[in-house]
Parts: sequence; C-alpha cells; structure tokens
Amino acid sequence: MLCCVCKQKEATVHLTQIDGEKMQKVDLCEDCAKEKGVNDPSSFSLADMLVGLGVSQETEESSGGAELRCPQCGFTQADFKKAGRLGCAQCYETFYEGLEALLKSMHKGTRHKGKTPVSQRGSQGLRERISGLQKKLDRAVADEDFEQAAQLRDELKAARTKLTEMAP
Amino acid sequence: MNICDFLMSPAETARRIGPAQGIVLSSRVRLARNLRATAFPGWAKKPERIRAYELIRPTVEALPEMAACYSESMDNLPALDKQILVERHLVSREHAAKGAGSGLVLAKDERLCVMINEEDHLRIQVLLPGLQIRQAWSEIDGVDSRLEKKLDYAFSPKLGYLTACPTNLGTGIRVSAMLHLPGLVLAEQINPIIQAVNKLGLAVRGLYGEGTEALGNVFQVSNQMTLGEAEAEIVERLSKVVGQLIEHEENARQMLLEKKPKMVLNQIGRAYGIVANAHSISSKETLNLLSFMKLGSDLGMFPDLDRCLADELFIVTQPAHIQKEAAGKLDAEQRDVARADLLRDRLRAIKRPTVPPPRSGSALDKQAEA
Repeated sequence: MLCCVCKQKEATVHLTQIDGEKMQKVDLCEDCAKEKGVNDPSSFSLADMLVGLGVSQETEESSGGAELRCPQCGFTQADFKKAGRLGCAQCYETFYEGLEALLKSMHKGTRHKGKTPVSQRGSQGLRERISGLQKKLDRAVADEDFEQAAQLRDELKAARTKLTEMAP
Repeated sequence: MNICDFLMSPAETARRIGPAQGIVLSSRVRLARNLRATAFPGWAKKPERIRAYELIRPTVEALPEMAACYSESMDNLPALDKQILVERHLVSREHAAKGAGSGLVLAKDERLCVMINEEDHLRIQVLLPGLQIRQAWSEIDGVDSRLEKKLDYAFSPKLGYLTACPTNLGTGIRVSAMLHLPGLVLAEQINPIIQAVNKLGLAVRGLYGEGTEALGNVFQVSNQMTLGEAEAEIVERLSKVVGQLIEHEENARQMLLEKKPKMVLNQIGRAYGIVANAHSISSKETLNLLSFMKLGSDLGMFPDLDRCLADELFIVTQPAHIQKEAAGKLDAEQRDVARADLLRDRLRAIKRPTVPPPRSGSALDKQAEA
C-alpha cells in the first residue's frame, strides 16, 4: 500500500480516527507521517487533512501556486473545508486529486456502478476506450515503439471522430 | 392552498397499510440529482437558485405521477405547515428551513415527493407504507428516467451522478426502512444489533433521520455508501437486512412473552395508564408510550384498539399537528395539555390491556415482501 500523501513510498503508519459517527482511515509513509505531526496526536486531525482536502492544498501551497479554484463556479478548497459540500458538478474534476482519498474512505469503490442516463450510455464505453488508447499511445511513445504508436494514433482518431458524431 | 386540505388526514395515512406493517412502518428510496450547468443550491447565488427552481418545477409537475399535485415554493409555506410536512416525513428538516428558490412538489397519493433545491437541485423520494423497498426503487427509477429526458443531469461516467456532498456521489441513492423495534429494545438486544447492522455498511438512525433520537423505539435503517455499488445491489442488501431484523424482532417479542411476561405486561400496562389518563404529556413521552401501546395491540392485548389508531396517534400527537388542531400557536406547556386532552379523548373507549393467553396468536403481520 502506498502512502496516500506522497503516493511514492510504502505506507507504514496506519491511522483510524473516529469523529462522531464518521470513521476515517489514512495510510502514510514515515516521512509524511513526521511531516504531518502524527507523532503528536494532539496537533493532528484527519478531518482537517482529508475532509479539508489538506493533501492537495499542501502540495499547492508548497509549489507556490495560487489556491485551486473551480473555473466554473469559483469554489475553493477553503470553501470545501468550511461547508463539506462542493460548489458545482465541475468541482469534482477540479478537486479530484484531493477528493480521491476521501471517496475511498467513505464508499465501496471509486468508480460508479449503477444507473446511467440514456443520453450518456452510448458514449460512455467510447470515452473509456479513448482514455485507454491514449494511455497506451503515451506508453508506446515513451518506449519509442513508433510502429505501435502510429497504429494507436489511427485508432484513437477514429474513436474520437465517432464520439463527435454521437454528440448531439 | 392549506397544506392540511391537500394532505391525507392522519386517520387515512394510518390506514395505508403495507406488507409487514406491524414492524416496518414505511419504506423509502430517495435519489439526489443535479443540473450540469448550475452551481449546487448551497453555493449558487439566489438568482441562480431561483432560475434552477423555475426550470425544474414545471418539469416535475409535468410527470404523470404528479397529475394531481401540491406544488409550492418554500417561502410561501407558513412555518407550521412546513413542520407538518416534516412530521409526515415528506420533507427533511433541512428543507423546511429553506425559503425563496426552494420548493416541493408532492403527488396527491403522497407516494412521490420532490424537494427542489434542498442540498441538491433535486431530491426525489418515494415513500410507501410497510415493507416495499423493491417497489419503491422500481417506482422512483421510472420517475428518474422520465426526468432525465428533460433535465440535463450532472453525470460523469466514472463518478456517476454528481452531488453536492461527496457522501451521495455515484448512484445518489438512499434506501431506508423505518422499523418499530420495541421487542429488541426491551430484550436489550438492540445495541449489538445496531452494531452488527453498522458493520454491514448500513446506518441506523432515529425517527427523523440524521442526528435524531430513536424516539418511540423507531429506527431508520439506510445505506451509507453510494459509489461503487449498483442501485439494485443496495436495494437487495437492505431488503435482506430488514428481513432479518423483522425476524429478530419477532423472536425477541416471543422470547419476552415466554421468559419475562411480567416485564412486558408492566411496560404496556403502565403505558396505557399514563397515555389514557395524563393531563399533561410531552411529545417525547407520548411517542415512547404509544410504542408500547402499539406493541400491546400487536400482541392482541387491546382487543378494542385498532392498530391504525395507535399509528394515527403517533402522527397527531406531534407538536405541529397538535397546534394545527388547536388552530393556533401553543407554547410547549399548552401543547402538553392539549396533547393529553386529545389522548384521553381518543382512548376513552379502550379498555385496560388483557393478559394474552399463553402462546397467543400475535396479530403480527408475517407476510414478507412479495
């Protein structure tokens, strides 16, 4: 299991915090645990870290960038920290990185399995195919397998055209 | 329109009976849905919220299920009417606190109710009497499919229906059953059972949902996880657990009658004594005592108490209903007196509880959900 903060090192510190009815779990590597002050439990709050999107917020601050803001509705991470709710549908894309750990802790999975609106049904499979092809293409290019890359590029182009045709 | 002219009378509501009604008071499924291009209600500015309301409202009213409906903006509803709707479990307490830009559309038969701009743009709910979880899901699924043709829902293939709170993400579904479990409470088995149910990823809450007390031995069991599992799986899991809870409750009642009959009779007899004779009684005490009256009726100890009457009293003794009946605002003390007057009057003809014969045929409805 990888550390949920740096996502690089093996997690060796496993924490469970119960806050009222909610239970939250977090897995950290030793360095990140030290950085978050896990050795000093009084100063550490999982809620702040996860619910407040602390993970990506810290990354953001350390990289000197401005606070992440949803381009559609202007919602920020600080707003999420305060309200525990998101601003609009687009926010899920904007803040996805910080949300993923939270979703993992509260749901059975992180992928929707269930009803899909009819209007989305046809294109869904295609969209998944496109993102899969794109990943393969990136890998082929990185491996300098240009023959494979050319073939993937053509497939990708065909799939994209098909998707555009399906859109109303 | 006065909300009470539209709503079924409490007596009619109590007479709506479903499968396993002795233990399962009601089954509910709600779906959270949002519009793609509009900020969620909690974040949208007022004009944007009103625009969304005005777009959604006619679409919902046009549903065939809403052919005869009550549709009103929350700012046009008097506080007492909102409270009545909460006491009937038709709107949430959160929604009752809303004003302009939020509203509700309620079908005449009260099976379908849509809250507009609660936490999400749409909170669609189907509420049925007794154990009818699968039926509720199939009805709401149809309603939702009709709405999606007209409304551009916020949906992502990966994350499903996008909701204001990440806890509802994915299917946006909350399936719940309201259970009356006095046997498990008296047998002191309720806590381990709640813990076991929690372990299955289901929540157990009180009478009015999140953060409320289990008054009157009424517990609401619902799913917590909405992402990574299909609706049908959630519905099945909950149905199964509710089926087991019914069995446990029946066993607990049987066991109590065999092993601790005096304790049970004492509870029921005292409940009758107070409820039928008090001159001032709080709603909390009333719910708790009526629960034992209902248990007594289920066990056949009140031959002349129609079980529907106990259910009706559950509704009409709540604060807003008492005030509606008195046609005016009453303070807590006046309500307690009015409530006691009402109970004495309605229970006037009910005779003292009889001791059930050994191995009594309980009036329990053992019929399982079809």
